[in-house]
Amino acid sequence: MTGAEALDAVGATALPRANGELVFDEPWESRAFGLAAALADQGLFSWRDFQTGLIAEVAADESGPGEYRYYDRWVGALESLLFQRGVVSLEDVDDRADVLCHRPAGHDHRDDEHGLHDH
Amino acid sequence: MTADSRTADRPPAALRAEALEALLTERGLVKTDVLDGFINRYVNDVGPLNGAKVVAKAWVDPDYRARLLADGTGAIKELGFGGPQGEHIVVVENTDEVHNVVVCTLCSCYPWPVLGLPPNWYKDPAYRARVVREPRALLAEMGLVVDGAVEIKVWDSSAENRYFVLPRRPAGSENLSEEELTALVSRDAMVGVADVKVAS
Repeated sequence: MTGAEALDAVGATALPRANGELVFDEPWESRAFGLAAALADQGLFSWRDFQTGLIAEVAADESGPGEYRYYDRWVGALESLLFQRGVVSLEDVDDRADVLCHRPAGHDHRDDEHGLHDH
Repeated sequence: MTADSRTADRPPAALRAEALEALLTERGLVKTDVLDGFINRYVNDVGPLNGAKVVAKAWVDPDYRARLLADGTGAIKELGFGGPQGEHIVVVENTDEVHNVVVCTLCSCYPWPVLGLPPNWYKDPAYRARVVREPRALLAEMGLVVDGAVEIKVWDSSAENRYFVLPRRPAGSENLSEEELTALVSRDAMVGVADVKVAS
C-alpha cells in the first residue's frame, strides 16, 4: 500500500508510520536525490533555484489520486534547471534514456512500460 | 526546447534520472563518490535520531529548551547537527493548550539535519491538502486523537522557515535519563502527527 492510498479520504486506514520507514520506493529515486544534492553542493546551481523549480513541478502535477510520484516531479525539476542552464539538452537525456532502455537482456526493464502510464 | 514542446511519450523518470547521472558523470560535472556520499549520509546517518536527541535535551535542560525555542538552528547546531535544509529551523512547542503539526503545502520542505529525509506520506498531496483543511480528522486517522479543547496549529514549512515540533514530555517519564528519553521520541512526534508515550 502506498502513502497515497492510505491517505485517501475514503479509507480510514492507518498510515505507514514507523521510524524505520523507507524514504525511497525504488533505488533510482535515491540516485535522483543524490544527484540534485551533489550538483547543488558542487555549485552547479543553488538549492533555492532547485527548490523553486520543484515547487512549480509539484504544482503542475496533474496525476490522479494514487498516481502521484514525487520523484518523477523531482527529476522533472532537475531536468528543467539543467536545460535552462544549458548543461544538457532534452535530446541528450531522451537519447541516452533510449539507449538505456534497449540494454541487452539481463538488465532490469521493469519500469519501461509502467512509466508511460504516468503521463 | 521549452517545456511546452515536450511530448507525452518521454521516457519514464527512472530512465531519465539514470541518463542524467550518466551524462553528468561523463562530463565531469558530478563525482560519483560525492553523489553516493549524499545518499549514504541521508539514508543511514542523518535521521530522526538527531531530532530525538534535541528533544530529550530540551526536556531535561530548561536553558537549552529556551535557546531552542529562541533560535532553533543555533541550538540544534550546538549538538553538532547542521547542513543543507538546516537553515531557519523554527521550533514550536506542544503544550496542554496547543498541538502543533507541520506540513509543506508547496513541496516538501523539511528540516533534514534533525529528521533526515521526509517520509512519503509527508510529500503526498492528500496529506498536504487535508492537514490544512481538516487537521483534527486527519490526525485522528493517523492515530492521534487530539482533545477537543486543545487548539491545533498547522505550520507551513518553506525555504524561509522549516518547522520542528517539540513534543510534550510524556507522563511517567520523570525518572528516565536523557538517553532513555531519546529512545521514546519518534519522527512522527517531531512532525506533530503523533504523541510521545512511555513504553509500556
